[in-house]
Amino acid sequence: MLPVESAKKKLSFTRCIQDGDLVIVYERYDNMKAVKVCEGSVLENRFGVFKHSDWIGKQFGSKVFSSKGGFVYLLAPTPELWTLVLSHRTQILYIADISFVIMFLEIVPGCVVLESGTGSGSLTTSLARAVAPEGHVYTFDFHEQRAASAREDFEKTGISNTVTVGVRDIQGEGFPDEFSGRADSVFLDLPQPWLAIPSVEKMLKQDGIVCSFSPCIEQVQRASETLRSKFTDIRTFEILLRTYEVREGKMDSFQVEESGSVGSLPCKRRQRLSEGSNEQETTSASVVMARPCSEAKGHTGYLTFARLKCLS
Amino acid sequence: MSENKLHGDAVENPRLTWDGCSVLLDINDGDRLVFSRLSAGAKLKIGNKNCSLQPLIGCPFGSFFRVENGAQGPYLSRYTPSNEGNSIQEQGDCQSKDELRDNRALVDNNKAQSLTGDAINEMRRQGASGDEIVEALIANSATFEKKTLFSQEKYRLKKQKKYAPIVLLRRPFTRSICEAYLKKYPVRIGFLRMDTLCLLLSMANVSANSDVLVVDMVGGLLTGAVAERLGGTGYVCNTYPGGSPYPMDIARIFNFGEEICKRIVRSPLADLFSVQTEKSKVSSHNGDSCSMEIESNEQISSTAGTEEVSLASENMMSDLIPETTYSVERKSSKSAKLGEKAPHEIFSLWKENGFTSLIIAAPELDTWSLVKKILPLLSNSAPFAIYHQYLQPLATCMNNLQVGKMAVGLQISEPWLREYQVLPSRTHPCMQMNGFGGYILSGTKICTNN
Ligand SMILES: C[S@@+](CC[C@H](N)C(=O)[O-])C[C@H]1O[C@@H](n2cnc3c(N)ncnc32)[C@H](O)[C@@H]1O
Repeated sequence: MLPVESAKKKLSFTRCIQDGDLVIVYERYDNMKAVKVCEGSVLENRFGVFKHSDWIGKQFGSKVFSSKGGFVYLLAPTPELWTLVLSHRTQILYIADISFVIMFLEIVPGCVVLESGTGSGSLTTSLARAVAPEGHVYTFDFHEQRAASAREDFEKTGISNTVTVGVRDIQGEGFPDEFSGRADSVFLDLPQPWLAIPSVEKMLKQDGIVCSFSPCIEQVQRASETLRSKFTDIRTFEILLRTYEVREGKMDSFQVEESGSVGSLPCKRRQRLSEGSNEQETTSASVVMARPCSEAKGHTGYLTFARLKCLS
Repeated sequence: MSENKLHGDAVENPRLTWDGCSVLLDINDGDRLVFSRLSAGAKLKIGNKNCSLQPLIGCPFGSFFRVENGAQGPYLSRYTPSNEGNSIQEQGDCQSKDELRDNRALVDNNKAQSLTGDAINEMRRQGASGDEIVEALIANSATFEKKTLFSQEKYRLKKQKKYAPIVLLRRPFTRSICEAYLKKYPVRIGFLRMDTLCLLLSMANVSANSDVLVVDMVGGLLTGAVAERLGGTGYVCNTYPGGSPYPMDIARIFNFGEEICKRIVRSPLADLFSVQTEKSKVSSHNGDSCSMEIESNEQISSTAGTEEVSLASENMMSDLIPETTYSVERKSSKSAKLGEKAPHEIFSLWKENGFTSLIIAAPELDTWSLVKKILPLLSNSAPFAIYHQYLQPLATCMNNLQVGKMAVGLQISEPWLREYQVLPSRTHPCMQMNGFGGYILSGTKICTNN
């Protein structure tokens, strides 16, 4: 993500784009791409060839042009944009689930969070933002290749100081003992989360919270049953986002004619008509309209939260 | 691992309560939620009894308490719930027996219970615990045995809530504060649901070291939620058009330490613009509005005061409104000093850098004219998120931003949240749900000069 200016301890978007920066190249809301700026490189897309050297020294948020006169915008990376551009090595979590998880797990700066599996690191990136600057995310995946790619990504997005990726079978071995009693929150996105729950009990601080994400209700059922002995406040949610499209359009208004017949007539015709008889007025107002997009996600997964009972 | 971290954790994220700490008391599993500030004198009314909150001081968050009868009257006593869980599923082996039972023979005529009110009072006088009373009620119920396991559990729970209420000690966090207000006093927070609130925070990229500009007409909930995410870094600047700031009372319910409180500042919108146009003017202007601020400050506390009274008389709301002792203490407490006038040095920083995020929850202001005015205060590439209960103001605003090429990635979204009951053979969506979480317009500001 955007580096914090260490001298001022400020997040600043006014810093100009430099060689080596990660930028999000924005074509359209549904077409973005992460690019590492590299002096001699070019970006080629349907709008033409863009020279990286033209980008250096520009502000984030700038419009830049290709040799053919096409343009794109260069945006500073944020976890939300990253989720839209990262390379999918697994199924990933999206903004609705992610934001809910962070709030419900009560993650604030300074927290220690454990996560498994890392997958494509979509959630991890937001977890890192939430615990920064003093906190830390320890994330585990048993897939060595995925863990390595995730590490590379975290390097690229500049969050590697806040995230540590480990290779480990969390269902089989649990989280490492060194984190016993140290985790403020734990997040599981595993096929059999109930196998990891005994370990989660050990890792969590008193009153700490766990969340398990599962696409299937059978997984939820089983995880909830396992949680019941040591946890309270066990709650399961489903969250979806409905998006809207907005359009400005001209709408012809119609008039009731004296004869009583009602009609909506094309503008021109009405105008012609009204020239003849003064009775009719034409109006063609411009209105902004909104409606839900027809394409929508019907399901992502269930989020089950639980709080470790406070017994001492 | 660094000492620094452990220290920071202890300061801003403590796990034990202290004298003067703000807590959320969850009575009977969410039936009633009360925010209180702990002190030797603070009291909580449970049923018809007044209990001192003193025993809660120094206890870990997450502890359970129940009312015991002592020589000096009822008092709250900490207890450890049994590990067996509190639900029916533990009795799974009875399940087959259960299947043979149904409710066909149950007659609801209030005659099933042979234990009279007088008898219960007598038991109380003799020092019976709440649990003992619940057991006696079950033993004297003619129909209990005939009920299905599920109904038995429901019966037990109902009696437990009445005769042996349980108080759970919670940390006040954005989610619990938002959830509590939505349940009891949705108007004050503009019907902002917690899933909508957390989307606003994510979409606006609120992170450590950000400078977040907010227009918060939701009682300070938004300001508090942002400050919680900043954790004592960056700034949240609560701005307002006109002369008097919006109330920020809810931000005081959070247990913010001094570091976090210092990061919550406010400024009239006009001041942010005067900085934009001419730096030198600011100091004199600042002086003026400072004295005005003090007035308006008083105004705030007095309105808050009257609100407390009128609400307390409504009885229902009193739970969420800090009690009188609370507000008195709040004033003397150093930690609660938040929402100061933005210091002068920061103005110039904001001018130089722009704000790094913008969040608006201002149902009573015209969205487009506000955004048009306020957006230039953001740095380029900074994300923003705007909440509204109605779609049209956001649609108009989005269209204008698009036409004016002021922002990209524009999207209006509406969260949909459903909670589930998960129980063996009885999993289904909860019967009650909040059907509408409002709309969010989000996007990223772009450079407009090329
Ligand atoms: C769906 S992905 C997680 C996606 C992630 N939440 C995201 O937002 O990008 C699940 C991951 O869990 C890992 N996994 C499965 N079983 C595991 C186990 N027993 N221990 C550790 N990781 C495991 C898989 O390799 C996979 O990468």
